Parts: sequence; C-alpha cells; structure tokens
Amino acid sequence: MANKITVRNLNLFYGDTQALREVDLDIEQQQISALIGPSGCGKSTFLRVLNRMNDLIEGVRVDGQVLLDDEDVHGPEVDVVHLRKRVGMVFQRPNPFPMSVYDNVAYGPRIHGLKNKRRLDEIVENSLRDAALWEEVHDRLFRSALGLSGGQQQRLCIARLLAVEPEVLLMDEPSSALDPISTLKIEELLQELKKNYTIVIVTHNMQQAARVSDVTAFFLNGEIVESGKTDTLFTRPKDKRTEDYITGRFG
Amino acid sequence: MSNRRTFDVELDELKQDILRMASLVEQSIYKAMESLFTQDPLIAKEVITRDDIIDRLRYEIENNCIRLIATQQPMARDLRVIVTGIKILLNLERMGDHAVDIARAAMCVCGRMPSRPMDRIPEMARIVQQMVKDGLDAYVHGDVEKARAMCAMDDEVDDIYNLLFHDLISYMEDNPDTIPCVVYLLVVVRRLERLADRATNIGEDVVYLVTGEWEELN
Repeated sequence: MANKITVRNLNLFYGDTQALREVDLDIEQQQISALIGPSGCGKSTFLRVLNRMNDLIEGVRVDGQVLLDDEDVHGPEVDVVHLRKRVGMVFQRPNPFPMSVYDNVAYGPRIHGLKNKRRLDEIVENSLRDAALWEEVHDRLFRSALGLSGGQQQRLCIARLLAVEPEVLLMDEPSSALDPISTLKIEELLQELKKNYTIVIVTHNMQQAARVSDVTAFFLNGEIVESGKTDTLFTRPKDKRTEDYITGRFG
Repeated sequence: MSNRRTFDVELDELKQDILRMASLVEQSIYKAMESLFTQDPLIAKEVITRDDIIDRLRYEIENNCIRLIATQQPMARDLRVIVTGIKILLNLERMGDHAVDIARAAMCVCGRMPSRPMDRIPEMARIVQQMVKDGLDAYVHGDVEKARAMCAMDDEVDDIYNLLFHDLISYMEDNPDTIPCVVYLLVVVRRLERLADRATNIGEDVVYLVTGEWEELN
C-alpha cells in the first residue's frame, strides 16, 4: 500500500515547550490509522500538523518533513486553504453551522465558487449518502441542523467534509461525545469511507482503535513509542510501555 | 504502581484455579496408572468419580474467563493469559478423560494381566507424567525453553508407542487367549500417547502466552 502521508523527523514546539520529538510515521492510502496515547502525549498536536491547523496557534514552530503525496505541506508554495480542502478534519464535538442541513453540506462547495443548483443538490445528496445520513434527513433538508441528534450532527459534519472532495480525513475523537449506538454508526461509516479516503483517527477508546483501524501508533511524551499493524500491536506489542498503556497499567 | 489492582487479582486467581484443576488431572493420571499396575479396581473407580469434579471445574473456570473478556476487554498479554487459559482448560479436561479411559481399561484387565507386554508401559507412563509436570511448570513460570524441551520428549513417547503397539499385536497373535485382556493395554498405550500430545499442546500455549507467536512444537 502506498503512503498517502509520510512524516519524517518531525519536531514541534509551543514556544519553549517541545510537544513532538523526532516523529516518523507512514500513513498509508485507504487505510485507517489510529493514534493512541495518554492525554497530553502529542497525538492531537500531531493530527493538526497534517493539515497545518497548528498554524492558527501563536508561537508554534515545526521542523521536519510532512509529505502529502510527495509534496511537503510546509512548503512555501502550499496554499493552506487548498491543503485543508484535501486534508479535512472532524472534531470531538459535532459543530454544525446554525443553518439548514442542506446549507451545511453545500457550504464548502459554495465557498469554492459552485453556484449551479442542480450540481449542489447532487453533491449534498451524495455527501449525505456517503456519510450514512441521507435516509434520516432527506425529508428535513431545509430545517436547522441544530435539531439533529449528536450522532446525526457528527455525521453531518462528515458529510460537510466529504462535499469538498477531500483525500484525507482527520478525526479527533469523533465519537467521544456520542452514545454507543451513534458511536457504532460512526465506526461502521469509517469502514465504508476508507474505501475512498485515507483516515487518521485520534481516540482515547482503546477498543475503538482496535476495532476500526488497520495501523496504530502509540504516542507518549511527544514521541511515537511503537507503531504497526493494529492486530499485532494489541495482541503482542513489542514495547513494555505500549503493553502497560493498552492494558491500563498507566494513563 | 498499577492502576488496575482488581483485574490483576482476578488474573492471579484465574491462574490459581487452573493450577488447582491441573493438580487434580495430574493425580488422575497417576492414579489411573497405579490402578493398572496394582490391579486395584478401587483406585480406578476413584479416578472415574474424580472426573466429574474436573469437568465441573473446567466449566466454572472457563465461564470466569468469558466473564473477564466481557468485563475487562483484555489486550496484549492479559488477552493471551485468558485465551491460553481457556485452551489449557480444554486440554486438561481431555487429559482427565484419557485418565478415565486408562482407569476403565485397568478395571477390564483386572486379575488377568499378562506380565511381558507390560514391560515398557511404566517407562512410557513415567515420561508422559514428566511431560505433564514440565508443561505445567512451564506455564507457572512462563518458561518457554522448558516448554520446548518438554515438547521434544513427545518423539520419545511416539517411539515407545510404536514399539509397544507392535509388541502387543504380536503378543496377541502368539497368545490368542490373551486378546480380550491385551486389547485394553492397546487402549492404555494409545491414551498415554494422546496424553503426551495434550501436554505438547500446553507447551505450545505457553510459548504463545509468553511470545505472542504460535509455534508448532510437534
């Protein structure tokens, strides 16, 4: 499987504090990579490096390489808006815009200049279908998205992301605020989405990482202690720190 | 210091339970052979009665393993401890059944035992019992080398089995009147050979428990 993202010797500093140290990771195309580790270990910081969301934080300094396909995302010619279109993000708490379901999904394509009504209708329907939400909302497309349940709102946020045709989906604990049924729907959805997208997910839920991902990376104190096939990492981790963390001995 | 004392205590209790069952099985094998060598049907009956306790223990401990999987969702070595626990329980329970078969055979030959074909059975039984003991020691101490060495002894058991098998057949050909008795000795040696295979299974489980890799050891 080809690498979609290749990270080499990545260091990140918030002012004087180093949050990531010499991180190397291969993120394979059309695979789900899970990032696990205790709070403050750097996994969300790492996720935000991949589409330069950290640029929004003052005093952040990054060195090392983050290649998306073969292009460094920190290169001088990179258009950050375009980068974030290719590498989209879903957050812990669903954050639909206070507008209709339809307008939420059409928002991205409209910003990118699309005005054709029929084409927008198509994109909205396809994105909602791909996010496994169409059946639940097709008869209430023009009502406020804020009336949807938490799980539906999160899938709406995924649909909103899919509407701009990204290549990589970054998910920062996408189901930690959801009930078990909604969580299961998101997890099932991920399996569908990985056929077309590369997915990186941060999760505190070890069982979720074990269930949904192909590859897992364990972060500790800003470093990757161990990464590899999920099946192997959860049944026979190589490093004692990984073993201790996934069996709940610390963290 | 571990955050998960309750689970650690439960895993420790699981191991103790398995060893308690293992000790009953070891005694059953010992007594089954004793009943054959001493021709004492009372000892054989004891082995047969004891088997109910072994079977019950197996299901009790196995249920506990299933409960631990459901409630603790174990990972890594914890998961391997429980999965190998379930497999070892199955092997122990079957070893108990083999001991019962030997005890039943011993009752059938009672008082009619010809001496000569017995020659190598004690030797075979001694090796098999050593294998069972070593397998359980390897499990207790997570000793991969001991598990591998124990499994290597299976070849010796197979060799003796093949020799005995042919000896017993020719003995029956030469002494047709002993056939109703000697066929039971065939059952005994076959069960001893299977006991060694079960011990080998436990050895493989120990290797998986410690290394996370399955190794075919015989």
